[in-house]
Amino acid sequence: MTDLLRLPLHGLHLELGGKMVPFAGYEMPVQYPAGVMAEHLHVRAAAGLFDVSHMGQVVLRPKGSMESLGLALERLMPVDVLGVAPGRQRYGIFTSETGGILDDLMFANRGTDYLLVVNAARKTHDFAHLTRHLADEAEIDIQTGRALLALQGPEAESVLAVLVPDVTAMQFMDVASVPTVFGELWISRSGYTGEDGFEISVPEAAVPDFARALLALDGVAPIGLGARDSLRLEAGLCLYGHDIDETTSPVEAGLGWAIQKARRAGGARAGGFPGETRILAELADGPSRKRVGLRPEGRAPMREGVALFATDGTPIGAITSGGFAPSVQAPVAMGYVASAFAAPGTGIEAELRGRKLPVVVAATPFHPTHYKR
Amino acid sequence: MKFTKEHEWLRVEGDLIVVGITEHAAEALGDVVFVELPEAGIQVAAGDEISVIESVKAASDILAPVEGEIVEVNEALSDNPGLVNEDPLGGAWFFKLKVDDLSVVDQFMDEDEYKDFIG
Repeated sequence: MTDLLRLPLHGLHLELGGKMVPFAGYEMPVQYPAGVMAEHLHVRAAAGLFDVSHMGQVVLRPKGSMESLGLALERLMPVDVLGVAPGRQRYGIFTSETGGILDDLMFANRGTDYLLVVNAARKTHDFAHLTRHLADEAEIDIQTGRALLALQGPEAESVLAVLVPDVTAMQFMDVASVPTVFGELWISRSGYTGEDGFEISVPEAAVPDFARALLALDGVAPIGLGARDSLRLEAGLCLYGHDIDETTSPVEAGLGWAIQKARRAGGARAGGFPGETRILAELADGPSRKRVGLRPEGRAPMREGVALFATDGTPIGAITSGGFAPSVQAPVAMGYVASAFAAPGTGIEAELRGRKLPVVVAATPFHPTHYKR
Repeated sequence: MKFTKEHEWLRVEGDLIVVGITEHAAEALGDVVFVELPEAGIQVAAGDEISVIESVKAASDILAPVEGEIVEVNEALSDNPGLVNEDPLGGAWFFKLKVDDLSVVDQFMDEDEYKDFIG
């Protein structure tokens, strides 16, 4: 693992018994001694602390007005950026000229700048993309000196409030910058587990103390990447490079909800984003394939790459993420199927180890989400 | 009890060989959520992939350690795959093999050798 980067909390992960694996160029804890199953269930029942410092954080400071920078961001995303009020965050998608997905991200309007959080595996790409397209509009400040933690679960609010009382006033997708003894924390009420919770950007020098202070509170346990993956899968959330990539459009991926009215045909700022021809056509006419939830009927987990067939044997798609869902106590998966087979309840088949097994198209999330709205 | 490089254990029980996976393997796999067993009655060759074990993390194949006939499989694992983590060396045996000559187990590692092998 000599070429891998280390997280600011590397020492703490080892101390906690984290099993370190390579992920997106970093040495990351895939699990702690409790194991993936127990960690997953802990997040659904109490509060789990995730180190997501590998993700990219970048601040865009406008050279002109916030509105002008917002419009520049709208030239990269089919998303209503201007509609995001100060103190609010929204899910965004960088699209390609052919309507594929370059990355998915969270962006926040902080009043005087935008804060973007992007996928670890795509951050080098994204920073170059931003520099290429926004250099005239913004000072692009990549946050190399900040760690990022996620605190997720029904007890996330009450435990974080012990250290940062202000968070109780925050609603889902609110953001706030809060001065604390750990330095200025950039907090958003969001996450990627389907639970209520927070993502907290912390100055790197203070993050070991901050993480230890959280872990010392009742109900907080460290959670590895393994459970992060099973939690987001149960919540029906996409993982870049698996469920979405440059070949999948936002509409195919079921992310049409992220394309607000203002950017659709007839909207105030319709089109004007990369890939608009394909994306607007798919919104109007429907895509030829769709991402769907899948419930294998048997007990066997079905993972990425498993081929999907109609019951008459016609190939109709493939699984892009899948595994055992601890809160459902059954295997679940997501994948793409030809649109004719995308309705929940449709019976299809998956080929596993040379045998065709029954699978039912299912609505997502597989486990109900609990956001504080 | 003998051990293979594929982290399976073999125990002679009467004229049969009982096969399971080691504690080390069970721990490395993590929480086991699914076991697919071979069918009783089939003939297998050494190295055949005859069983699949899935944890929350990944799928792994279980190999037939020696040539023989599967005479019994542990159906309890289908209903309770977690048994593999709870009792890998006992209740979580996978299958029983009938072989021509029980001395085939001699080629495998004993406990000390296996401990050295896994370091």
